[in-house]
Amino acid sequence: MSDTQLLHGWGRTAPSLARVVTPRSVEDVVAAVTSAGPRGVIARGLGRSYGDPAQNAGGTVLAMAGLGEIHAIEAESGLVDVDAGVSLDTLMRAALPHGLWLPVLPGTRQVTVGGAIGADIHGKAHHVVGSFGNHVRALTLVTADGGVHELTPEDDLFWATVAGMGLTGVVVRARLQLHHVETAYFKVDTEQIDNLAELMARQSTDDEKYAESVSWFDAVTTGAHFGRGLLTRANHATVADLPAKLRDEPLKFDAPQLLTVPDVFPSGLLNRLTGKLFSELWYRKSPTRMGAIQNITQFLHPLDIIGEWNRGYGPRGFLQYQFVVPEARSDVIREVLERMTAARQVSALNVLKRFGEGNRAPLSFPMPGWTLCVDIPIGPGLGALCDELDELVLAAGGRHYLAKESRTTPAAIRRGYPRFDEWRKIRDAVDPHNVFASDMSRRLELTGD
Amino acid sequence: MIDAVGNPQSILLLGGTSEIGLATVEAFASDRPLRVVLAGRPSPRLDAAKARLEARGCAVEVIPFDARDGDVEVVAKAFTSGDIDVALVAFGLLGDNEKAWTDVATAVELAQVNYTAAVGVGVALGERMTAQGHGSIVAFSSVAGERARRSNFVYGSTKAGLDAFYSGLTEALRPVGVHVTVVRPGFVHTRMTEGLKPAPLSTTPEAVAAVVVDAVRTHKELVWAPAPLRFVMSALRHVPRPIFRRLPI
Repeated sequence: MSDTQLLHGWGRTAPSLARVVTPRSVEDVVAAVTSAGPRGVIARGLGRSYGDPAQNAGGTVLAMAGLGEIHAIEAESGLVDVDAGVSLDTLMRAALPHGLWLPVLPGTRQVTVGGAIGADIHGKAHHVVGSFGNHVRALTLVTADGGVHELTPEDDLFWATVAGMGLTGVVVRARLQLHHVETAYFKVDTEQIDNLAELMARQSTDDEKYAESVSWFDAVTTGAHFGRGLLTRANHATVADLPAKLRDEPLKFDAPQLLTVPDVFPSGLLNRLTGKLFSELWYRKSPTRMGAIQNITQFLHPLDIIGEWNRGYGPRGFLQYQFVVPEARSDVIREVLERMTAARQVSALNVLKRFGEGNRAPLSFPMPGWTLCVDIPIGPGLGALCDELDELVLAAGGRHYLAKESRTTPAAIRRGYPRFDEWRKIRDAVDPHNVFASDMSRRLELTGD
Repeated sequence: MIDAVGNPQSILLLGGTSEIGLATVEAFASDRPLRVVLAGRPSPRLDAAKARLEARGCAVEVIPFDARDGDVEVVAKAFTSGDIDVALVAFGLLGDNEKAWTDVATAVELAQVNYTAAVGVGVALGERMTAQGHGSIVAFSSVAGERARRSNFVYGSTKAGLDAFYSGLTEALRPVGVHVTVVRPGFVHTRMTEGLKPAPLSTTPEAVAAVVVDAVRTHKELVWAPAPLRFVMSALRHVPRPIFRRLPI
């Protein structure tokens, strides 16, 4: 049940070799954890983290997708009981017929429940519902000593595990609180907005009236239209909102994957020219329109239509730079974009969102403020630019998102997460011999001496 | 670990006083502070190398290493204080060609240091890096190994052997994700070449270092420094002998 594999994250950078074990039961997880070698063990879900948190060079990686049973869905209370390897896609499809909705869905559904807890992921609904950890009522954790613990939000270890990047133990099962919905559709308001300042001003207004809110903007066009973009905000559609033909099956969900990108693209396809073209088309495709009924894929996960889209960046891969800055320092967003443009770095996927309140987890990423996310292909000058951006972000009291992080320094993480030491204390107490380790934990010195 | 944009955290320099090696470490350290292990013969020059890197903000550990002893334990020692992200195989002797091809002890010493010891540490590095599951190895070859010249053929033969070994190691370690880069510098202005007449396209340790840093970051397997030497050497390899021996090189 184990073999040696080169693993990388979604950004396809910095692969490393590990022994991959696929557990089929909690006992298998316990056995793998207690027999881990000197380079330790880490759990891996569907590999959607961009950097290196789910790889463990020279050690053991637990492929958690093998633990994928949905134990219970309670339609009335909205509670579900699932294995950690269940993907949010699977869970969403299983829960929808019961009129239940996962309140936190990130930009892809191809992540596991365990990964969602480990990174405390967020979605377009963060300003209303918070991050994934807020909806976990209990979780089962296998710790370094092989112990199996039931944890609830009463426990400090629970909150060290939420956003703990798998370094407190292996989450094997969780109970989640879902929301009730009438339909599988959204009632979407799209606004085409001419420049960044206005885009941010619009997004700061009336956000609380929408369950979901996010904007995409153009990071290539300069001048008066700098940062022009699309603000899309939505609420769950009620049956009454739906056109007649959809009312018979309001909870029906089809998500076809139209194509899978073959692994044939060279690096460098995304350049200033294609970036401009893409930005122009993306901006033009969605004129301002209010109250449109869209399905889940159209509204939440347009990229899920295309499988393995990361291959389009070629073998050198890409990185996603995501940070948050406090509300009062929204000026940093513009500054970051200007530096990127000045450095001639091209990003086609640029997402901006206003977060609501954070939660209790010491390493949870969201805080009230703005989060910006850009995808940049690996190339000359990118490392230096990101180092420069780090300084802007950290000086403003912001921080990096560990699920996306692939190149910053140990010091930057400590600066961005003032409660890091508190997390370390809880983590070290439950794993004093550093059984849990990942390439990220070595690179950012999240564990060890 | 090496990060997504190719920044390492730790470097092992085998040949701790090598000017090209030190320039390469400095080039990596200009972006991020590094943990450096210097392996070399204890000497004031090695102490100076340590001080030079410490002044750049590096944390430096020194391990005694003499390539003439056939010592490969140095690799095991270098890995005791943590992962090595990049290992530079940068030790070597130029020697006096006239003495080397006429004196057995001199010839064998050149072969021992430049080839045998390089192969030994290559095997040990391959084993360690496979076990740690990641890493990059850089071996300093030379254009002198591409076609033996009358003026420099003993040195050239040792570099030809090193080059062939590390080119093969590149393939052997590919499946386990360990990257090997073979670097073929031309004439580099260093202590080693002091007093020699510079060849065309001569370069500096800093310029070679820039080529190496880029090669490690982008996983290039074979590079020349400066880059145009690739085409020069490609042509020179095919020059007929009667002409080649008359060339002023």
